Amino acid sequence: MTTAPVPSLRPSTVTGLSCRECGSKYPKSPIHVCEMCFGPLEIAYDYAAIGKLLTRAVIESRPHNMWRYAELLPLDAPPVVGTQTGMTPLVRADRLAKRLGVREVWIKNDSVSHPTLSFKDRVVSVAVSKAIEFGIGTVACASTGNLANATAAQAAAAGLPAVILIPFDLEPAKVLATSIYGARVVGVKGTYDDVNRLCSEIAGKYGWGFVNVNLRPFYAEGSKSFGYEICEQLGWRTPANIVVPMAGGSLVTKIGKAFGEMEKLGLLAAGGNRKTKIHGAQAAGCSPIVDMVLENRDQVKPVKTPTSIAKSLAIGNPADGFYARQTITGSGGYAGKPNDDEIVAAMRLLAETEGIFTETAGGVTLGATIKLLQEGRIGKDDGPLVVCITGNGMKTQDPLVGKLPTPELIGPSLADFDRLQASAQ
Amino acid sequence: MPNIRIPTPLRKLTNGKEEVAATGATIGALIANLETQYPGIKERICDESGQVRRFVNIFANDEDIRFLKNLDTPVKDSDEISIVPAIAGGR
Repeated sequence: MTTAPVPSLRPSTVTGLSCRECGSKYPKSPIHVCEMCFGPLEIAYDYAAIGKLLTRAVIESRPHNMWRYAELLPLDAPPVVGTQTGMTPLVRADRLAKRLGVREVWIKNDSVSHPTLSFKDRVVSVAVSKAIEFGIGTVACASTGNLANATAAQAAAAGLPAVILIPFDLEPAKVLATSIYGARVVGVKGTYDDVNRLCSEIAGKYGWGFVNVNLRPFYAEGSKSFGYEICEQLGWRTPANIVVPMAGGSLVTKIGKAFGEMEKLGLLAAGGNRKTKIHGAQAAGCSPIVDMVLENRDQVKPVKTPTSIAKSLAIGNPADGFYARQTITGSGGYAGKPNDDEIVAAMRLLAETEGIFTETAGGVTLGATIKLLQEGRIGKDDGPLVVCITGNGMKTQDPLVGKLPTPELIGPSLADFDRLQASAQ
Repeated sequence: MPNIRIPTPLRKLTNGKEEVAATGATIGALIANLETQYPGIKERICDESGQVRRFVNIFANDEDIRFLKNLDTPVKDSDEISIVPAIAGGR
């Protein structure tokens, strides 16, 4: 990995914030909700200016990290943290493809993301760097784990104090991997949605930079780099199908936006727009967005008590649900919701065929992919199928306990081993 | 009278107050009463058809009113009502 500096920025390509619902305009500031209609605020870019600055050759000349697309990310100064984040491997998964009976499968592997092994490193790199631009003194987040790890790590790297609010019953590994960075961790006796709601009230009161609350418009844009990289790594082409895990529904929406921007800016190769079908994945135990697609609704019906082992996707009331469903159905995609057994089976399948150990959310994504293939929603000969793996299995080992073979036990002698081998045959 | 917690984006209408009191037997009635005290606040919470906007969550004693009876949810004087912008993300 190169350590060359990221491109220093030219005049900002961001013109301000605009409401996705009513179009009201706001200056760049740490706000995320439209004062007029409560709609979500989005970054407004000067695409004409970006088009003049950004070509495939310019991007290819830059270091291999997410900042090679800097003009399409909402910073006005070079990033302070996460300068080496992004450009994770896109792995050609032929052994998995064979098992699935599909011609061409790729794994976009953010389970090896720098520095905290999930795609949240991308969004937090943007959010913490932006917090510093805004002069914010403390960063914070509501999290089900991966975001907590990423925020605590990047805050430490920036020398900022971090306050992390989590549901009290998170996996111990995720709690530990947050506390290690010196962050203050507050466990809340409630679900993720309770934590989220509390954070939106704290953000208003204490003036902290909550990466996924008042910094959300900036933070969420970081997810687009996941989509740009997939296009570039496929030779400046979009895939035929992509399956994306969904919690709040932001990533799937931003991948759709990324593909659209690549097309709009002429960054795709000739014939490189495969009109990607974008599919969404959630666990059966918490599937409010998948159910919107399956039942053809545009209103979220919140899930009050998520029950899945995929805690990192357990958002019962996803505010981006409306846009996520719009992205999916607008692309001709569909959605799937594997149950806990299917999630574990998919985690094992990915590990055994490709040597990639993903967290439960990755099992959800591959489990949903299998369902979509069985249902014919994804054709076996459609062309490149990308499965988005966004987190690392080392963080969520609990659901696997008792489901894998235990080690065979022998004494330290060749005779013991010979006996074991003989009995195994 | 039930107390209603007001989110930052609406405090310009409540003269900066984080918490206000309103009268009414249901959430819908409370919002109507709020409108008489702070003109303009109802259209920020409800859309043209009178339903709670897509990106607004209202909680009655920590319970999302979508799980109760929406605007018809009954309220008592001791109830704590919160209006909270919907947000997502996390993980």
